[in-house]
Amino acid sequence: MTDSPEPFIQIRDLHKSFGDLKVLQGINLDIPAGEMVSVIGPSGSGKSTLLRVLMTLERPEQGEVLIGGEPLYSMDGEGHTTLPPKAQFRALRNRIGMVFQHFNLFPHMTVLRNVTEAPVRVLGVSRKDAKAEAMKYLDEVGLAEKADAYPAQLSGGQKQRVAIARALAMHPEIMLFDEITSALDPELVGGILALLDRLGKRKEMTMLIVTHHMNFARQSSDRVLFFDGGVILEDGKPDDIFTHPTHDRTREFLKSVLEV
Amino acid sequence: MSFAPPFDLLPPLLVGLGKTLQLTAGGILLCVLLALFAGLGKVSGIPPLRWLANIYVEIFRGTSALVQLFWFFFVLPFFGVSLEPMLAGILVLGLNSGAYGAEVVRGAIQAVSHGQKEAATALGFTPRQTLWRILLPQAVVSMLPPMSNVFIELLKNSALVSVISVHDLTFVAQIHRADSLRTTAIFSIVLVLYFAVAQGLSRGMSFLEKRLSRGRDLGGVKA
Repeated sequence: MTDSPEPFIQIRDLHKSFGDLKVLQGINLDIPAGEMVSVIGPSGSGKSTLLRVLMTLERPEQGEVLIGGEPLYSMDGEGHTTLPPKAQFRALRNRIGMVFQHFNLFPHMTVLRNVTEAPVRVLGVSRKDAKAEAMKYLDEVGLAEKADAYPAQLSGGQKQRVAIARALAMHPEIMLFDEITSALDPELVGGILALLDRLGKRKEMTMLIVTHHMNFARQSSDRVLFFDGGVILEDGKPDDIFTHPTHDRTREFLKSVLEV
Repeated sequence: MSFAPPFDLLPPLLVGLGKTLQLTAGGILLCVLLALFAGLGKVSGIPPLRWLANIYVEIFRGTSALVQLFWFFFVLPFFGVSLEPMLAGILVLGLNSGAYGAEVVRGAIQAVSHGQKEAATALGFTPRQTLWRILLPQAVVSMLPPMSNVFIELLKNSALVSVISVHDLTFVAQIHRADSLRTTAIFSIVLVLYFAVAQGLSRGMSFLEKRLSRGRDLGGVKA
Protein backbone atom coordinates (compact mmCIF):
# COMPACT_ATOMS: atom_id res chain seq x y z
CA MET A 1 0.00 0.00 0.00
CA THR A 2 1.20 3.50 -0.75
CA ASP A 3 0.67 5.99 2.02
CA SER A 4 -1.64 8.18 -0.05
CA PRO A 5 -3.48 10.91 1.89
CA GLU A 6 -6.67 9.95 3.66
CA PRO A 7 -9.55 9.60 1.16
CA PHE A 8 -11.86 12.60 1.10
CA ILE A 9 -15.04 10.53 1.31
CA GLN A 10 -14.97 7.37 3.40
CA ILE A 11 -18.03 5.14 3.52
CA ARG A 12 -18.08 2.11 5.84
CA ASP A 13 -20.66 -0.67 5.86
CA LEU A 14 -23.56 1.60 4.93
CA HIS A 15 -27.06 0.11 5.15
CA LYS A 16 -30.39 1.64 4.20
CA SER A 17 -33.82 0.01 4.01
CA PHE A 18 -37.26 1.24 3.08
CA GLY A 19 -39.51 -0.97 5.16
CA ASP A 20 -38.60 -4.54 4.28
CA LEU A 21 -36.76 -3.49 1.17
CA LYS A 22 -33.01 -3.44 1.75
CA VAL A 23 -31.70 -0.87 -0.71
CA LEU A 24 -28.11 -0.49 0.49
CA GLN A 25 -26.60 -3.63 1.95
CA GLY A 26 -23.16 -2.72 3.16
CA ILE A 27 -21.52 -0.10 0.99
CA ASN A 28 -17.78 0.41 1.49
CA LEU A 29 -16.17 3.12 -0.56
CA ASP A 30 -13.21 5.50 -0.46
CA ILE A 31 -13.10 8.44 -2.84
CA PRO A 32 -10.12 10.79 -3.07
CA ALA A 33 -10.71 14.52 -3.48
CA GLY A 34 -11.31 15.72 -7.03
CA GLU A 35 -12.23 12.33 -8.43
CA MET A 36 -15.07 12.03 -10.92
CA VAL A 37 -16.95 8.79 -10.27
CA SER A 38 -19.71 7.42 -12.47
CA VAL A 39 -22.21 5.13 -10.80
CA ILE A 40 -23.96 2.65 -13.09
CA GLY A 41 -26.23 -0.31 -12.54
CA PRO A 42 -29.80 -1.54 -12.96
CA SER A 43 -32.65 0.54 -11.53
CA GLY A 44 -33.38 -0.26 -7.91
CA SER A 45 -29.78 -1.24 -7.27
CA GLY A 46 -29.25 1.57 -4.75
CA LYS A 47 -27.31 4.11 -6.82
CA SER A 48 -29.62 7.04 -6.16
CA THR A 49 -30.14 6.00 -2.55
CA LEU A 50 -26.40 6.25 -1.91
CA LEU A 51 -26.44 9.81 -3.25
CA ARG A 52 -29.52 10.67 -1.22
CA VAL A 53 -27.93 9.30 1.95
CA LEU A 54 -24.79 11.37 1.30
CA MET A 55 -26.97 14.46 0.77
CA THR A 56 -28.69 13.62 4.10
CA LEU A 57 -32.08 13.34 2.38
CA GLU A 58 -32.25 9.80 3.77
CA ARG A 59 -30.83 8.50 7.04
CA PRO A 60 -28.96 5.21 6.95
CA GLU A 61 -29.78 2.63 9.63
CA GLN A 62 -26.23 1.52 9.94
CA GLY A 63 -22.78 2.55 8.79
CA GLU A 64 -20.34 5.42 8.84
CA VAL A 65 -19.56 8.26 6.46
CA LEU A 66 -16.59 10.58 6.88
CA ILE A 67 -16.18 13.72 4.80
CA GLY A 68 -12.65 15.11 4.97
CA GLY A 69 -12.12 13.05 8.10
CA GLU A 70 -15.20 14.47 9.86
CA PRO A 71 -18.10 12.16 10.67
CA LEU A 72 -21.37 12.83 8.85
CA TYR A 73 -22.79 9.57 10.15
CA SER A 74 -21.21 7.51 12.89
CA MET A 75 -22.21 4.43 14.85
CA ASP A 76 -23.30 4.34 18.46
CA GLY A 77 -22.57 1.40 20.76
CA GLU A 78 -25.68 -0.49 19.63
CA GLY A 79 -24.82 -0.33 15.95
CA HIS A 80 -27.21 2.48 15.04
CA THR A 81 -26.30 5.52 13.02
CA THR A 82 -25.95 8.77 14.91
CA LEU A 83 -25.50 12.31 13.62
CA PRO A 84 -22.95 14.84 14.86
CA PRO A 85 -24.23 17.96 16.70
CA LYS A 86 -26.60 20.04 14.58
CA ALA A 87 -24.20 22.87 13.72
CA GLN A 88 -21.48 20.44 12.70
CA PHE A 89 -23.94 18.34 10.70
CA ARG A 90 -25.19 21.40 8.82
CA ALA A 91 -21.68 22.72 8.19
CA LEU A 92 -20.66 19.36 6.79
CA ARG A 93 -23.79 19.05 4.69
CA ASN A 94 -23.16 22.50 3.22
CA ARG A 95 -19.98 21.14 1.66
CA ILE A 96 -22.12 18.80 -0.44
CA GLY A 97 -24.33 19.83 -3.35
CA MET A 98 -26.82 17.90 -5.43
CA VAL A 99 -28.52 18.13 -8.81
CA PHE A 100 -31.76 16.20 -9.25
CA GLN A 101 -33.41 14.31 -12.07
CA HIS A 102 -36.44 16.61 -11.96
CA PHE A 103 -34.44 19.84 -11.53
CA ASN A 104 -36.52 21.03 -8.56
CA LEU A 105 -36.05 24.70 -9.41
CA PHE A 106 -38.06 27.08 -7.24
CA PRO A 107 -40.94 28.05 -9.56
CA HIS A 108 -41.77 31.26 -7.70
CA MET A 109 -38.31 32.74 -8.18
CA THR A 110 -36.54 34.03 -11.27
CA VAL A 111 -33.54 32.13 -12.57
CA LEU A 112 -31.21 34.66 -10.93
CA ARG A 113 -33.05 34.39 -7.63
CA ASN A 114 -32.89 30.59 -7.79
CA VAL A 115 -29.11 30.84 -7.96
CA THR A 116 -28.60 33.65 -5.42
CA GLU A 117 -31.11 32.65 -2.73
CA ALA A 118 -29.01 30.01 -0.97
CA PRO A 119 -25.70 31.97 -1.04
CA VAL A 120 -27.56 34.96 0.45
CA ARG A 121 -29.68 33.09 3.04
CA VAL A 122 -27.36 30.25 3.95
CA LEU A 123 -23.85 31.62 3.44
CA GLY A 124 -24.68 35.25 4.23
CA VAL A 125 -23.22 36.60 0.99
CA SER A 126 -24.44 40.12 0.08
CA ARG A 127 -27.08 40.27 -2.66
CA LYS A 128 -24.75 42.25 -4.87
CA ASP A 129 -21.88 39.77 -4.60
CA ALA A 130 -24.25 36.82 -4.92
CA LYS A 131 -25.66 38.33 -8.10
CA ALA A 132 -22.24 38.92 -9.64
CA GLU A 133 -21.27 35.34 -8.88
CA ALA A 134 -24.58 33.92 -10.06
CA MET A 135 -24.10 35.67 -13.40
CA LYS A 136 -20.67 34.06 -13.67
CA TYR A 137 -22.17 30.60 -13.17
CA LEU A 138 -25.14 31.28 -15.43
CA ASP A 139 -22.68 32.38 -18.07
CA GLU A 140 -20.73 29.19 -17.52
CA VAL A 141 -23.84 27.08 -18.20
CA GLY A 142 -24.76 29.33 -21.15
CA LEU A 143 -27.87 30.95 -19.68
CA ALA A 144 -26.82 34.45 -18.63
CA GLU A 145 -29.50 35.97 -20.85
CA LYS A 146 -32.23 34.02 -19.00
CA ALA A 147 -31.42 35.51 -15.59
CA ASP A 148 -34.78 37.27 -15.32
CA ALA A 149 -36.90 34.44 -16.71
CA TYR A 150 -38.99 32.16 -14.51
CA PRO A 151 -38.36 28.39 -14.59
CA ALA A 152 -41.69 27.83 -16.35
CA GLN A 153 -40.34 29.76 -19.34
CA LEU A 154 -37.33 27.45 -19.79
CA SER A 155 -36.87 24.16 -21.62
CA GLY A 156 -35.91 21.06 -19.64
CA GLY A 157 -32.27 21.34 -20.63
CA GLN A 158 -32.19 24.99 -19.62
CA LYS A 159 -33.81 24.17 -16.29
CA GLN A 160 -31.17 21.56 -15.58
CA ARG A 161 -28.40 24.04 -16.44
CA VAL A 162 -29.89 26.51 -13.98
CA ALA A 163 -30.06 23.76 -11.36
CA ILE A 164 -26.35 23.04 -11.93
CA ALA A 165 -25.50 26.76 -11.65
CA ARG A 166 -27.58 26.94 -8.47
CA ALA A 167 -25.67 24.05 -6.92
CA LEU A 168 -22.28 25.43 -8.05
CA ALA A 169 -23.01 28.80 -6.45
CA MET A 170 -22.76 27.14 -3.02
CA HIS A 171 -19.15 26.09 -3.77
CA PRO A 172 -19.65 22.47 -2.83
CA GLU A 173 -16.58 20.29 -2.44
CA ILE A 174 -18.67 17.27 -3.31
CA MET A 175 -21.29 17.35 -6.02
CA LEU A 176 -23.88 14.62 -6.50
CA PHE A 177 -25.67 14.25 -9.83
CA ASP A 178 -28.71 11.98 -9.66
CA GLU A 179 -29.70 10.87 -13.18
CA ILE A 180 -29.73 14.49 -14.24
CA THR A 181 -30.34 13.78 -17.92
CA SER A 182 -33.09 11.18 -17.49
CA ALA A 183 -35.95 13.66 -17.72
CA LEU A 184 -34.53 15.46 -20.76
CA ASP A 185 -35.30 15.15 -24.44
CA PRO A 186 -32.52 13.16 -26.13
CA GLU A 187 -31.17 16.12 -28.10
CA LEU A 188 -30.57 18.08 -24.89
CA VAL A 189 -28.59 15.35 -23.14
CA GLY A 190 -25.28 15.90 -24.97
CA GLY A 191 -24.96 19.50 -23.84
CA ILE A 192 -25.48 18.61 -20.18
CA LEU A 193 -22.97 15.73 -20.35
CA ALA A 194 -20.40 18.04 -21.99
CA LEU A 195 -20.92 20.48 -19.12
CA LEU A 196 -20.35 17.67 -16.58
CA ASP A 197 -17.23 16.63 -18.44
CA ARG A 198 -15.89 20.19 -18.29
CA LEU A 199 -16.60 20.44 -14.56
CA GLY A 200 -14.91 17.10 -13.93
CA LYS A 201 -11.76 18.02 -15.83
CA ARG A 202 -11.14 20.94 -13.49
CA LYS A 203 -10.76 18.63 -10.48
CA GLU A 204 -12.21 21.33 -8.23
CA MET A 205 -14.97 19.12 -6.89
CA THR A 206 -15.38 15.47 -6.06
CA MET A 207 -18.19 14.31 -8.31
CA LEU A 208 -20.50 11.32 -8.04
CA ILE A 209 -22.64 10.87 -11.12
CA VAL A 210 -25.46 8.37 -11.35
CA THR A 211 -25.95 7.88 -15.07
CA HIS A 212 -27.37 5.61 -17.73
CA HIS A 213 -25.03 6.98 -20.37
CA MET A 214 -22.34 4.32 -20.70
CA ASN A 215 -20.24 6.28 -23.18
CA PHE A 216 -20.11 9.17 -20.81
CA ALA A 217 -19.19 6.91 -17.87
CA ARG A 218 -16.47 5.31 -19.92
CA GLN A 219 -14.96 8.40 -21.50
CA SER A 220 -15.39 11.14 -18.93
CA SER A 221 -15.01 9.57 -15.50
CA ASP A 222 -11.91 8.61 -13.53
CA ARG A 223 -13.64 5.63 -12.03
CA VAL A 224 -16.79 3.57 -12.46
CA LEU A 225 -18.86 1.82 -9.80
CA PHE A 226 -21.28 -0.91 -10.80
CA PHE A 227 -24.13 -1.32 -8.32
CA ASP A 228 -26.25 -4.43 -8.10
CA GLY A 229 -28.64 -5.48 -5.36
CA GLY A 230 -27.52 -2.79 -2.93
CA VAL A 231 -23.80 -3.53 -3.06
CA ILE A 232 -20.91 -2.31 -5.19
CA LEU A 233 -20.21 -5.29 -7.39
CA GLU A 234 -17.49 -3.71 -9.43
CA ASP A 235 -15.20 -0.75 -8.81
CA GLY A 236 -12.39 0.31 -11.11
CA LYS A 237 -11.04 2.23 -14.08
CA PRO A 238 -13.72 2.75 -16.76
CA ASP A 239 -11.81 0.81 -19.43
CA ASP A 240 -11.28 -2.17 -17.14
CA ILE A 241 -14.93 -2.38 -16.20
CA PHE A 242 -16.20 -1.98 -19.73
CA THR A 243 -13.69 -4.38 -21.32
CA HIS A 244 -12.95 -6.92 -18.57
CA PRO A 245 -15.82 -6.97 -16.07
CA THR A 246 -15.13 -9.52 -13.35
CA HIS A 247 -18.75 -10.48 -12.66
CA ASP A 248 -21.33 -12.09 -14.92
CA ARG A 249 -23.93 -9.63 -13.63
CA THR A 250 -21.81 -6.73 -14.91
CA ARG A 251 -21.39 -8.39 -18.29
CA GLU A 252 -25.14 -8.99 -18.57
CA PHE A 253 -25.93 -5.43 -17.57
CA LEU A 254 -23.43 -3.91 -19.98
CA LYS A 255 -24.62 -6.18 -22.75
CA SER A 256 -28.24 -5.19 -22.22
CA VAL A 257 -27.59 -1.43 -22.03
CA LEU A 258 -25.01 -1.27 -24.80
CA GLU A 259 -27.22 -3.18 -27.21
CA VAL A 260 -30.09 -0.75 -26.96
CA MET B 1 -97.84 43.68 -0.70
CA SER B 2 -96.67 46.97 -2.13
CA PHE B 3 -95.38 47.28 -5.69
CA ALA B 4 -93.64 50.62 -5.17
CA PRO B 5 -89.87 50.31 -5.51
CA PRO B 6 -88.67 49.49 -1.99
CA PHE B 7 -86.04 52.23 -1.84
CA ASP B 8 -87.17 53.27 1.60
CA LEU B 9 -85.99 49.89 2.94
CA LEU B 10 -82.46 50.41 1.73
CA PRO B 11 -81.06 52.81 4.34
CA PRO B 12 -81.76 50.59 7.38
CA LEU B 13 -80.70 47.46 5.52
CA LEU B 14 -77.45 49.13 4.45
CA VAL B 15 -76.73 49.96 8.09
CA GLY B 16 -77.21 46.26 8.86
CA LEU B 17 -74.98 45.39 5.91
CA GLY B 18 -72.30 47.62 7.46
CA LYS B 19 -72.35 45.45 10.59
CA THR B 20 -72.26 42.31 8.48
CA LEU B 21 -69.21 43.63 6.64
CA GLN B 22 -67.48 44.43 9.94
CA LEU B 23 -68.22 40.94 11.24
CA THR B 24 -66.98 39.39 8.01
CA ALA B 25 -63.81 41.49 7.87
CA GLY B 26 -62.96 40.84 11.52
CA GLY B 27 -63.79 37.16 11.13
CA ILE B 28 -61.65 36.82 8.01
CA LEU B 29 -58.69 38.50 9.70
CA LEU B 30 -58.91 36.15 12.68
CA CYS B 31 -59.61 33.20 10.36
CA VAL B 32 -56.46 33.85 8.31
CA LEU B 33 -54.27 34.12 11.41
CA LEU B 34 -55.70 30.99 13.01
CA ALA B 35 -55.65 29.03 9.74
CA LEU B 36 -51.98 29.89 9.27
CA PHE B 37 -50.99 29.02 12.84
CA ALA B 38 -53.05 25.84 13.04
CA GLY B 39 -52.19 24.80 9.46
CA LEU B 40 -48.48 25.19 10.14
CA GLY B 41 -48.99 23.52 13.52
CA LYS B 42 -50.48 20.50 11.79
CA VAL B 43 -47.39 20.03 9.61
CA SER B 44 -44.97 20.94 12.40
CA GLY B 45 -42.24 18.56 13.47
CA ILE B 46 -42.95 19.47 17.11
CA PRO B 47 -45.57 17.05 18.50
CA PRO B 48 -47.22 19.40 21.08
CA LEU B 49 -47.83 21.97 18.34
CA ARG B 50 -49.39 19.28 16.18
CA TRP B 51 -51.63 18.12 19.02
CA LEU B 52 -52.74 21.65 19.84
CA ALA B 53 -53.56 22.39 16.21
CA ASN B 54 -55.46 19.12 15.85
CA ILE B 55 -57.50 19.68 19.00
CA TYR B 56 -58.46 23.19 17.86
CA VAL B 57 -59.43 22.07 14.37
CA GLU B 58 -61.42 19.05 15.53
CA ILE B 59 -63.36 20.97 18.19
CA PHE B 60 -64.37 23.90 16.00
CA ARG B 61 -65.05 21.82 12.93
CA GLY B 62 -66.95 19.23 14.86
CA THR B 63 -69.46 21.45 16.67
CA SER B 64 -72.24 23.71 15.45
CA ALA B 65 -71.30 27.33 14.83
CA LEU B 66 -74.63 28.38 16.29
CA VAL B 67 -73.96 26.47 19.51
CA GLN B 68 -70.44 27.88 19.65
CA LEU B 69 -72.01 31.31 19.44
CA PHE B 70 -74.45 30.54 22.28
CA TRP B 71 -71.58 29.17 24.30
CA PHE B 72 -69.35 32.21 23.84
CA PHE B 73 -72.21 34.62 24.52
CA PHE B 74 -74.31 32.87 27.17
CA VAL B 75 -71.93 30.39 28.87
CA LEU B 76 -68.68 32.35 29.15
CA PRO B 77 -70.33 34.92 31.49
CA PHE B 78 -70.72 32.10 34.03
CA PHE B 79 -66.93 31.87 34.01
CA GLY B 80 -66.65 35.61 34.51
CA VAL B 81 -66.02 36.48 30.85
CA SER B 82 -68.67 38.69 29.29
CA LEU B 83 -68.21 39.47 25.64
CA GLU B 84 -69.85 42.21 23.60
CA PRO B 85 -72.16 40.55 21.04
CA MET B 86 -70.07 41.92 18.18
CA LEU B 87 -66.83 40.58 19.69
CA ALA B 88 -68.39 37.20 20.44
CA GLY B 89 -69.61 37.11 16.85
CA ILE B 90 -66.21 37.89 15.34
CA LEU B 91 -64.49 35.38 17.63
CA VAL B 92 -66.84 32.55 16.76
CA LEU B 93 -66.80 33.31 13.03
CA GLY B 94 -62.98 33.50 13.02
CA LEU B 95 -62.46 30.43 15.18
CA ASN B 96 -64.95 28.37 13.21
CA SER B 97 -63.67 29.27 9.74
CA GLY B 98 -60.06 29.17 10.95
CA ALA B 99 -60.50 25.46 11.64
CA TYR B 100 -61.52 24.86 8.03
CA GLY B 101 -58.83 27.26 6.83
CA ALA B 102 -56.18 25.29 8.76
CA GLU B 103 -56.99 22.25 6.62
CA VAL B 104 -56.61 24.39 3.50
CA VAL B 105 -53.21 25.65 4.66
CA ARG B 106 -52.04 22.18 5.61
CA GLY B 107 -53.22 20.68 2.33
CA ALA B 108 -51.57 23.40 0.25
CA ILE B 109 -48.23 23.07 2.02
CA GLN B 110 -48.27 19.31 1.69
CA ALA B 111 -49.20 19.59 -1.98
CA VAL B 112 -45.97 21.40 -2.84
CA SER B 113 -43.79 18.84 -4.57
CA HIS B 114 -41.48 16.92 -2.26
CA GLY B 115 -38.59 17.76 -4.56
CA GLN B 116 -38.83 21.39 -3.50
CA LYS B 117 -38.08 20.49 0.08
CA GLU B 118 -35.23 18.23 -0.97
CA ALA B 119 -33.69 20.91 -3.18
CA ALA B 120 -33.91 23.36 -0.28
CA THR B 121 -32.24 20.87 2.07
CA ALA B 122 -29.50 20.20 -0.48
CA LEU B 123 -28.85 23.94 -0.70
CA GLY B 124 -28.52 24.17 3.07
CA PHE B 125 -31.73 26.02 3.96
CA THR B 126 -32.92 25.46 7.53
CA PRO B 127 -36.37 23.90 7.97
CA ARG B 128 -37.71 27.35 8.88
CA GLN B 129 -36.23 29.00 5.79
CA THR B 130 -37.53 26.14 3.67
CA LEU B 131 -41.03 26.67 5.03
CA TRP B 132 -41.16 30.46 4.71
CA ARG B 133 -39.12 31.04 1.56
CA ILE B 134 -39.74 27.93 -0.51
CA LEU B 135 -42.89 26.07 0.54
CA LEU B 136 -45.28 28.78 1.74
CA PRO B 137 -44.86 31.19 -1.20
CA GLN B 138 -45.80 28.33 -3.52
CA ALA B 139 -48.58 27.04 -1.27
CA VAL B 140 -50.25 30.45 -0.92
CA VAL B 141 -51.32 30.47 -4.55
CA SER B 142 -53.07 27.12 -4.27
CA MET B 143 -54.63 28.13 -0.93
CA LEU B 144 -56.56 31.03 -2.47
CA PRO B 145 -59.41 29.21 -4.29
CA PRO B 146 -60.38 26.98 -1.34
CA MET B 147 -59.84 29.91 1.05
CA SER B 148 -62.31 31.88 -1.02
CA ASN B 149 -64.92 29.22 -0.19
CA VAL B 150 -64.07 29.46 3.50
CA PHE B 151 -64.49 33.25 3.46
CA ILE B 152 -67.84 33.06 1.68
CA GLU B 153 -68.99 30.45 4.17
CA LEU B 154 -67.92 32.84 6.94
CA LEU B 155 -69.95 35.66 5.38
CA LYS B 156 -73.04 33.46 5.26
CA ASN B 157 -72.49 32.20 8.80
CA SER B 158 -72.36 35.81 9.97
CA ALA B 159 -76.18 35.79 9.72
CA LEU B 160 -76.16 33.53 12.80
CA VAL B 161 -75.07 36.39 15.04
CA SER B 162 -78.54 37.91 14.73
CA VAL B 163 -79.54 35.41 17.46
CA ILE B 164 -77.32 37.18 19.96
CA SER B 165 -78.86 40.50 18.88
CA VAL B 166 -76.04 41.91 16.79
CA HIS B 167 -77.79 44.32 14.42
CA ASP B 168 -76.43 42.73 11.25
CA LEU B 169 -78.16 42.54 7.90
CA THR B 170 -80.28 39.53 8.82
CA PHE B 171 -81.28 41.00 12.19
CA VAL B 172 -82.33 44.32 10.65
CA ALA B 173 -84.26 42.46 7.97
CA GLN B 174 -86.23 40.50 10.56
CA ILE B 175 -87.05 43.62 12.58
CA HIS B 176 -88.34 45.43 9.50
CA ARG B 177 -90.25 42.45 8.27
CA ALA B 178 -92.05 42.25 11.59
CA ASP B 179 -92.84 45.97 11.44
CA SER B 180 -93.85 46.30 7.81
CA LEU B 181 -94.73 42.77 6.72
CA ARG B 182 -93.02 43.51 3.37
CA THR B 183 -91.48 40.08 3.52
CA THR B 184 -90.81 39.55 -0.20
CA ALA B 185 -89.14 42.89 -0.76
CA ILE B 186 -87.02 42.73 2.37
CA PHE B 187 -85.70 39.21 1.99
CA SER B 188 -85.13 39.67 -1.74
CA ILE B 189 -83.00 42.71 -1.08
CA VAL B 190 -81.16 40.83 1.66
CA LEU B 191 -80.44 37.92 -0.71
CA VAL B 192 -79.07 40.31 -3.32
CA LEU B 193 -76.90 42.08 -0.76
CA TYR B 194 -75.35 38.84 0.56
CA PHE B 195 -74.81 37.69 -3.01
CA ALA B 196 -73.11 40.97 -3.93
CA VAL B 197 -70.70 40.73 -0.99
CA ALA B 198 -69.95 37.07 -1.79
CA GLN B 199 -69.25 38.02 -5.41
CA GLY B 200 -66.92 40.77 -4.23
CA LEU B 201 -65.02 38.31 -2.04
CA SER B 202 -64.84 35.70 -4.75
CA ARG B 203 -63.61 38.16 -7.39
CA GLY B 204 -61.11 39.71 -5.04
CA MET B 205 -59.63 36.30 -4.34
CA SER B 206 -59.47 35.41 -8.06
CA PHE B 207 -57.70 38.70 -8.70
CA LEU B 208 -55.19 37.95 -5.94
CA GLU B 209 -54.64 34.47 -7.33
CA LYS B 210 -53.91 35.84 -10.81
CA ARG B 211 -51.56 38.47 -9.41
CA LEU B 212 -49.59 36.00 -7.33
CA SER B 213 -49.30 33.35 -10.01
CA ARG B 214 -47.96 35.71 -12.66
CA GLY B 215 -44.94 34.20 -14.38
CA ARG B 216 -44.98 31.12 -12.23
CA ASP B 217 -45.27 27.47 -12.94
CA LEU B 218 -48.04 26.58 -10.54
CA GLY B 219 -47.61 22.85 -10.53
CA GLY B 220 -44.18 23.13 -9.02
CA VAL B 221 -43.63 19.57 -10.18
CA LYS B 222 -42.10 20.18 -13.54
CA ALA B 223 -40.17 23.32 -12.67
